[in-house]
Amino acid sequence: MAASSILNNLKKSAIASLWLAFLTLPIMVIRVDTVEKTVTWRWMHLAYMLAGSFVLALFWHFMMDRRDRGAAARAAGTSQAASALGRVLENPKLVKPLLAMGFLVAAVFPYVFSMYQTNILISALIYVVLGLGLNITVGLAGLLDLGYVAFYAVGAYAYALLNMHFQLGFWTVLPLAAIMGAFFGLLLGFPVLRLRGDYLAIVTLGFGQIVRLVLENWSSFSQGPSGISNIARPGLFGINYSVEQATTYIYYIMLALVILTIFITARLKDSRIGRSWLALREDEIACQAMGIDNTKAKLMAFALGATLASVMGAVFAAKTTFVNPASFTFMESAMILAIVVLGGMGSVLGVILGAFLLILLPEYMRAFSEYRMLIFGATMILVMVFRPQGLIRAKRKVYKINTEAA
Amino acid sequence: MEQTNTAVLSVRNMSMNFGGLRALSEVDLEVRQGEVVALIGPNGAGKTTFFNCITGIYTPTEGQVLAYPRDGKEKRINGMRTNLVCELGMARTFQNIRLFPSMTALENVMIGRHCRTKAGILGAILRGPGTRREEQDVVDRSYQLLKKVGLEQVANEYSRNLPYGAQRRLEIARALATDPFLLLLDEPAAGMNPQETLELKEMVIKIREEFQVSVLLIEHDMKMVMSLSDRIYVMEYGRVISTGTPAEVSADPQVIRAYLGEESDA
Amino acid sequence: MRPVPWFCKGKAVRDPPRGRQDGFMEYFLQLFFGGLSRGSVYALIALGYTMVYGIIELINFAHGEIYMIGAFMGLIVAGVLTAMGWPTLSILVIALIIAVLYSAAYGYTVEKIAYKPLRGAPRLSPLISAIGMSILLQNYIMLAQTPDFLPFPRLIPDLEFMEPYANFLATSDLFIIVTSIAVMVALTLFIKFTRMGKAMRATAQNRKMAMLVGVNVDQVISATFIIGSALAAVGGVLIASHIGQINFVIGFLAGIKAFTAAVLGGIGSIPGAVLGGLVLGWTESFAAGYVSSDYEDVFAFLLLVLILIFRPAGLLGKQRAQKV
Repeated sequence: MAASSILNNLKKSAIASLWLAFLTLPIMVIRVDTVEKTVTWRWMHLAYMLAGSFVLALFWHFMMDRRDRGAAARAAGTSQAASALGRVLENPKLVKPLLAMGFLVAAVFPYVFSMYQTNILISALIYVVLGLGLNITVGLAGLLDLGYVAFYAVGAYAYALLNMHFQLGFWTVLPLAAIMGAFFGLLLGFPVLRLRGDYLAIVTLGFGQIVRLVLENWSSFSQGPSGISNIARPGLFGINYSVEQATTYIYYIMLALVILTIFITARLKDSRIGRSWLALREDEIACQAMGIDNTKAKLMAFALGATLASVMGAVFAAKTTFVNPASFTFMESAMILAIVVLGGMGSVLGVILGAFLLILLPEYMRAFSEYRMLIFGATMILVMVFRPQGLIRAKRKVYKINTEAA
Repeated sequence: MEQTNTAVLSVRNMSMNFGGLRALSEVDLEVRQGEVVALIGPNGAGKTTFFNCITGIYTPTEGQVLAYPRDGKEKRINGMRTNLVCELGMARTFQNIRLFPSMTALENVMIGRHCRTKAGILGAILRGPGTRREEQDVVDRSYQLLKKVGLEQVANEYSRNLPYGAQRRLEIARALATDPFLLLLDEPAAGMNPQETLELKEMVIKIREEFQVSVLLIEHDMKMVMSLSDRIYVMEYGRVISTGTPAEVSADPQVIRAYLGEESDA
Repeated sequence: MRPVPWFCKGKAVRDPPRGRQDGFMEYFLQLFFGGLSRGSVYALIALGYTMVYGIIELINFAHGEIYMIGAFMGLIVAGVLTAMGWPTLSILVIALIIAVLYSAAYGYTVEKIAYKPLRGAPRLSPLISAIGMSILLQNYIMLAQTPDFLPFPRLIPDLEFMEPYANFLATSDLFIIVTSIAVMVALTLFIKFTRMGKAMRATAQNRKMAMLVGVNVDQVISATFIIGSALAAVGGVLIASHIGQINFVIGFLAGIKAFTAAVLGGIGSIPGAVLGGLVLGWTESFAAGYVSSDYEDVFAFLLLVLILIFRPAGLLGKQRAQKV
């Protein structure tokens, strides 16, 4: 990079840093108490802000330069396709042993690590499936569902209520949750069929909020804000497990469900249905004109995503034995969206990585756990600006062609 | 190919109103089996609106649109859903190219095969022998179509990276993949230089022969239209003002008055 | 009983509750003016949404947070000046000015960071970026200040001549209504008669053409964000003073509702945003007063969903046809 442009970046970053410090000065430095009529000044924060924002601004300008150069190179046809991460993941000599190691670790995890750790991993796995489910709706079919958490709530409350009122067990409710999820997915899908991208997003957001508010206020049905507790853990043919055993049990159930979901998603992606979703995402009008029934495709995408979320809801309820509406806010939907976006819309491996990063990292970096949502927000912006394709760039399959004359 | 007098598409007295605006007025048009029919006229004459009306994107306010697919039975397709029109056998391309940018050329054509295949969710997940055969068949056929339009070399290129002329040909290949009896081309030669236009013309003739399709095209390039079409319809302000063979139409004073005489260099 | 406004659900209400024995007319007027005042605030925030959408077709998810930041800025200024012993009315004026300036600055910066780099991108990208910015701003305030509800000083004094009407029209209500009207009139004049206003209208109608005739589109877009944010800040400070407390989450709900108002009136239409705000304000007020105040938020969301599904163009909007 030329010296003049480095100097330019330094100058721009200095200006940006001063501006940001000015912008954040009152909020970060001043603390008022209008009751006691006191004012606290925290000048150290100003220093942090100046330094931190200078570094960030520098980083930002550097990344911007890189992005612009990349765009120019792509336009001129000279870009190197694969990134470092991409190259690693496509090298079979590396991937196979990595996968094998991963399986081994996953298989023995509960016996090596504590119950606390296992619970964390279960959480991460739940988000993996949620991410994969939303990936079908958003990543494959391009339908931005901001109310996805509503389906999660459907499954969770389905198990909670059926267990509370009718003492139905986990395994009985699981398929019911799936069916209910599909049903609600269709229910949401029908009214939004004609809607364009951003309107679709807002309507689904509205639906999500309505579901949560109803759960909060219709106390006679849902027990209101205090939620439902003492939900039964999953058993096996009548055997009731202790907390530790149940956790391990749920872990293996989740592992199986994750593998199943990955299998289903991968198969769907590379199929007639998957291609029709991709076409739907790219250009609805051309899609319809080429003989694809948009309505059916959209409804299927919604229903499938909803089914997965609903099943996860049931597992969530079984794991925490307690559900209340506060677990199903818009923030949850946003988080799952962040996972899909970060991972790379449409990429299975990307979503898994995204879920692990966004869920596990905060757990293991306890010092930063307060900043988790802040980092989420920043991540979404940064990914969209600098790497909209996500961690794992989706690559289209190369087909095997039988070159005989037709 | 033998041109018979059986119609494949018969539009009678079709009108289209958008609120107060009368975009199409009592349009009569017929495409017979094996024909190449051109629809020409100044910009804003209603040609693309016409296409949209017969493919179900709009529902005509008045009139009849009758299609005669390969099984021979007459079908009224006013306002029929666009995907069903395609399934029936009428496939189109678009004035502003509408490919699927992040799919490869091969995959774009494979989309065309969607309405001729049937694997559903279960088939996708289980991937039994039937589904696998169907998938391989889709791939092979699509590849063959790419070869027909000369794009087999770029089969695995993203369609957004293809040059303009290649994109237009790809759109045609995709339309062909749906096994149509009638191909609707909306300004296929737009933006092409004379050499490319000549190649396109030859391709259309070849396609008509090999695939036994009839063609209805909207075009501005007069040289191409005159040398390629069997019959022409001329539209102006939503009405058909003249119809006939290229010779008849180019001699019609109405048409000359309307806009002929300008050499379109696309 | 005076219905509890949405922004202080479950928290202490400033005014003592009055019984329904107030009489039908009194109760009705309470709901009417309450709805008018909250509707005015919705309108102020909705204007920001509608102007931005009109210009770059983006739903500025972070706009609610700008409103919230305006309220916080007002609080900080009020806190500092109160501690220094300044008189209430001047605190209000200074707080409004500083809040407006800062919110405008935030709006400008947000656009430069999260939206400008995505101007050519597919529609979903800036929307996701906006969601991220909204989350970022919320948590920034929460971490830099506090997650708790903070009391906001009463900056709008009770005027004597309002005494006889105080039963249904509080001074702060009146203040909100009058200020909102003044601000909206100023905006209308600005849009209609200034050069920048004309440039904004031109850019909203056809960006490429505006560029070709020499309009600096970047500046116009920045100006749109600045003005929208300033309006939201006014709403934030006034409403915070009326309610008596603020919190980092108020932006989300206010934002969604204001967006509902903007869509209701016709997104992209400035009179539409005002109309939508008033309609929403009255609907909420009367529904909460006569039907049930628990489901107040559900009404708003239901309204949003229904409009977008059945009449996305809103009351004053135009149906935009898509060229095939």
